[in-house]
Amino acid sequence: MNNSTANIFKRCALAAIVIASGAFAADAGGPAPAFTLTDLSGQPEALSQYKGQVVMVNFWATWCGPCQQEMPLLDQMYKKYKPAGFTLIGVNVDKEAPAVKELLARKPVSFPVLLDPANQVSKAYHVDEMPSSVIVDRKGQIRYIHRGYKPGDENEYQDRIRQLIRE
Amino acid sequence: MSKTYRIVRLGLVATFLLARPGGGAVLPDDRADIFYSDYKGGGMDITGESVLVRKKFSENFSVEANYFIDKVSGASIDVLSQASVIKDERKQKNISLDYIHDKTQYNFSYTDSAERDYTSNTLHFSLSQDMFGDLTTVTLGFSDSRDKVGENDGSAFAPRVVWLGHAESRSYQAGVSQIVTKSLITGVTLEVITDEGYLANPYRSVRYLDPTAALGYSLGSQVYPNTHTSTAVEGRAKYFLPYRAAASVSYRYFSDTWGIHGNTIELGYTQPISNLWILEGRLRHYSQNHAIFYSDLFPYADSQNFVARDQDLAAQTNNTIGFKATYAFLPDGWKIFKRGTASLDVSHIQFKYDDFRNIKYYNDTPLGGNFAPGAEPLYSFGATVYQIYISMFF
Amino acid sequence: MNTAMKLAVIAAMLLQGACSIQPWVKPYERDRLADPIMSWDRDVISGAYEDHIYESREGSRGGTGAAGGGCGCN
Repeated sequence: MNNSTANIFKRCALAAIVIASGAFAADAGGPAPAFTLTDLSGQPEALSQYKGQVVMVNFWATWCGPCQQEMPLLDQMYKKYKPAGFTLIGVNVDKEAPAVKELLARKPVSFPVLLDPANQVSKAYHVDEMPSSVIVDRKGQIRYIHRGYKPGDENEYQDRIRQLIRE
Repeated sequence: MSKTYRIVRLGLVATFLLARPGGGAVLPDDRADIFYSDYKGGGMDITGESVLVRKKFSENFSVEANYFIDKVSGASIDVLSQASVIKDERKQKNISLDYIHDKTQYNFSYTDSAERDYTSNTLHFSLSQDMFGDLTTVTLGFSDSRDKVGENDGSAFAPRVVWLGHAESRSYQAGVSQIVTKSLITGVTLEVITDEGYLANPYRSVRYLDPTAALGYSLGSQVYPNTHTSTAVEGRAKYFLPYRAAASVSYRYFSDTWGIHGNTIELGYTQPISNLWILEGRLRHYSQNHAIFYSDLFPYADSQNFVARDQDLAAQTNNTIGFKATYAFLPDGWKIFKRGTASLDVSHIQFKYDDFRNIKYYNDTPLGGNFAPGAEPLYSFGATVYQIYISMFF
Repeated sequence: MNTAMKLAVIAAMLLQGACSIQPWVKPYERDRLADPIMSWDRDVISGAYEDHIYESREGSRGGTGAAGGGCGCN
């Protein structure tokens, strides 16, 4: 095997190890991309409104099973930590709103749900797994990205949120 | 002497197991199904009844159990040729375990099938891996079957089974599924099966010209090779139409060491209507040539090492048209159930043989029939199949 | 280079190619693929039963399993 093939192999193996090392991967610590999206009633909301708070941006869809599973838990978490300066924004990626309205009518949540049908925000946040949760600190920096959802992950979310609230 | 219509080889067992593979990184919903089917054709009436339950025991692990009973009555073409009504029952039990870890899904299953004169046990293992952004799923599988083959020397009502031999079968499966666009998924599957042992249907006989016989021919025993290896490759694609419908196509090529080449083409169309109904239609065309050692009428006894007159090995085509309607009677769930659906499926299959002759009807009266041996009309028949089932998801 | 080495190089090249290919259907674009009408085998018993009808009457067998697709979540 010549040198360049070996290097490619090494880079690839490294990438695989990093990805496989867990659903939680610290991002480079970059700023959370700004966005403005409309909620279900058509009112625009911007991420910048929540500067100074710890924000979890959760990307979900009506057709995604694990997303549905974590919603009630996210709702509980939102209610619990909101007084301490925490907000959860549910960014829905469905192409059409009616299914979203219908689902939320049956299973309502108290945190803000914004619609990203053109998937611009999903692209900006490099969403590569459904669901994805991005936790942003009070200064607007991305601190943690969690990919997927398995029962028990909500404990990890809470640990990270508590940590960032204390900062 | 009564005959039994042979229902299964790897048949239901293998196909059930292959319907299992994973990929998609999430286990399917828990469900319970109850199923009833009725096949009427070629003088046979076969009912099928089944229950299936699937339950997750954690996010990573689920178990599926299935019980299936086939009940056969009537008189198949062999029996039509060689007298006597048959009645038999086959019971099949299957248990299947699925485990997901990250992007890999493992499946292990065991199937036990038993009828009075035939038993079969199969172990199956497969592994599915999602790759390349979950757009590709690679599946590898392996199955091992042990069969015991017998013959009922008594009657349907006073059976006396004589065990004739064993057969062992191994199947190797490899498949790749590829998402091509937001609306298009494609797949390819390769399956190689090798069997050895007693591979013939003991109830079928060959016939050979015999000027001393009243009918002009005499019956003799089939002699099959004791090995058989086959390869099947299938390619399929499914496309999402923008107004919410799905169209699918598949083609399978089959080839084996017995000289059979088979081609299968299927087209399917799925049309949901509102939230409550899904209507589907399908067309299937199949054709094959005959096995090397098959003949409807041999020139004399023991003319070849291997001789068969089993219609499965004859040159034939069949065409199917089918319709299915599914109604969600519990679209939003009720108590522990998330969803409940009821389905009715009706299909018609027309079978046509190019070198298997109908020797029953035309030989009844007068003795010797109106046709010389080998000049009887080629066999063809139609079969209608009904399937009704209810699926509860929870 | 012997055969084993050649195969290893091909595998490495495929892997390298694969690693640098970004999935062109993003996870948030899988709504259509996640639709139940796009699954290969929605009705488990019926699918197996139909395959069985044909396998017990035709000389062909096998090749009919299918996996993949779906929402690709987790």
